[in-house]
Amino acid sequence: MSMTITEKILAKHAGREEVSPGELINCSLDLALGNDITAPVAIQEFSRLGQDHVFDPERVALVPDHFTPNKDIKSAEQSHYVREFARRYKIVNYFEVGRMGIEHCLLPEQGLVLPGDLIIGADSHTCTYGALGAFSTGVGSTDLAAGMALGECWFKVPESMKFVYHGKLRPWVGGKDLILHTIGDIGVDGARYRAMEFIGEAIENLSMDGRLTMCNMAIEAGAKNGIVPPDERTKEYVEKRAKRPYTFYSSDADASYVETREYDASQIRPQVAFPHLPENSRPVSEAEGIELDQVVIGSCTNGRMEDLRTTARIMKGRKVHRRLRVIIIPGTQEIYLQALREGILEAFVEAGAAVSTPTCGPCLGGHMGILARGERALATTNRNFVGRMGHPESEVYLSGPAVAAASALAGCIVSPEEVLGDAD
Amino acid sequence: MQIKGVVYKFGNDVDTDQIIPARYLNTIDPAELAAHCMEDADPEFAGTVRPGAIMVAGKNFGCGSSREHAPIAIKAAGVSCIIAASFARIFYRNAVNIGLPILECPEAAAALEEGETVSVDLAGGVIRNLTRSGEYQAAPFPSFMQEIIRQGGLINYVQERMKKRA
Ligand code: SF4
Repeated sequence: MSMTITEKILAKHAGREEVSPGELINCSLDLALGNDITAPVAIQEFSRLGQDHVFDPERVALVPDHFTPNKDIKSAEQSHYVREFARRYKIVNYFEVGRMGIEHCLLPEQGLVLPGDLIIGADSHTCTYGALGAFSTGVGSTDLAAGMALGECWFKVPESMKFVYHGKLRPWVGGKDLILHTIGDIGVDGARYRAMEFIGEAIENLSMDGRLTMCNMAIEAGAKNGIVPPDERTKEYVEKRAKRPYTFYSSDADASYVETREYDASQIRPQVAFPHLPENSRPVSEAEGIELDQVVIGSCTNGRMEDLRTTARIMKGRKVHRRLRVIIIPGTQEIYLQALREGILEAFVEAGAAVSTPTCGPCLGGHMGILARGERALATTNRNFVGRMGHPESEVYLSGPAVAAASALAGCIVSPEEVLGDAD
Repeated sequence: MQIKGVVYKFGNDVDTDQIIPARYLNTIDPAELAAHCMEDADPEFAGTVRPGAIMVAGKNFGCGSSREHAPIAIKAAGVSCIIAASFARIFYRNAVNIGLPILECPEAAAALEEGETVSVDLAGGVIRNLTRSGEYQAAPFPSFMQEIIRQGGLINYVQERMKKRA
């Protein structure tokens, strides 16, 4: 039977020759992930099982990244609870402040998630790792508890949707713009329960960072997972990081899809999503002139090296507009260090931006840049829900790093072409 | 199991940040979470919701984050059941896993009005409007999930599985 890449990975982990959409299956896990918000609930549930070990101490990852370095006593208690659990159960992949990063930037970088893997995480953006050709999806804390105990999780095999991006990208257009445009097209539940498979010339030419950005936001269309078929670029990325074997899967030519969407990527302009849903995306030209109080560049969507380099290309030698504040958050310590070495952080500070240690911070309205009533931010994050970055009457607009950086200089939303022309 | 309660109605795409804002996620205490349940959608809700309430919502209820704090807050606020046109998938899983009854039924979601009294037969998925006439059939749970609910949530289910393994 012909299968999609998603179906093949699920079949392999269910110990089956084949699976088809709609089937309920039980799969073995390559990795189970939790953070400082979701792991405490999972640990509580896990302890009800009365088990003295996790299924494999090397295949559980705990990343306290949301409210860390801890912002208050309560969140410190939660991190403490996770830390104690990690010690007691000898969790190898526990990441402390100083070695830590935002989970979905950190795990691919550390080679802990690999092509062909099946991964669950008690965090909705766990779908990020599909960029490596893995099946990876977000679950809740109770699922994580069961996963840590058994090394298994149940799934309903999703139907697959194919997204084909033809042609070459215009200057200043990246993975974020493609995915915002796509979500604008299909809506925040346009891929509900489904797998989103991204292919085409523009995807083949997209960097790994850009692919991670796209798969990261599959959940914003309601999808179970996003996935990019692994290729040479994937190999180049994982080769130097992997500490265990991995497998490349690909969809059969005659695999079946419930729907196929095709885009002329060369026509897609830098995008901005208006409050309060990621589906409210429009070309930046329709947002120009909207005044801002804050710009945030970071998160598991756009806190990677390429994003910081793009930001630096625009901000270097220029000044942040006096009206607003800019907060830049490298996704991991490795990215932070690399940016330091390349002089990028220096450029940010000289431009008048604040640079933070890796954390989720303002992305979920935790700390490090909370909005007051009536304030408006432009962020490279993934959600612009009501109250996401602070006061319920504040607003978040979403964009890629190029639009965010250009807007930081202008004080209002502008196209990067306005600042630099199309010299990408 | 038969449930009876008063309808509290919400719209489409109610996300987990509205159900329980992240600023309250520095605790896992259900009572504390319940005190802020639905705060950014309806600040009055947590203070006024009556025990046994039935939440009714449009499409894609519970979209956004995977925080299990969302169904936990709703359950701890005293809500007995959620009826929606559709649910976001992680929320759906989480509700089943913690034993919060949820029913997918676009017809009932559209027809039921705030304040009406409704009875729900969970096993059969039949929803009845007791204020005005109206009867709706929700999609049945797959038998595998019925088994999880029958055992009182995923953890009990896993315990059974582990016993069998041992
Ligand atoms: S950066 Fe934002 S979206 Fe990503 S894991 Fe952290 S809170 Fe979630």
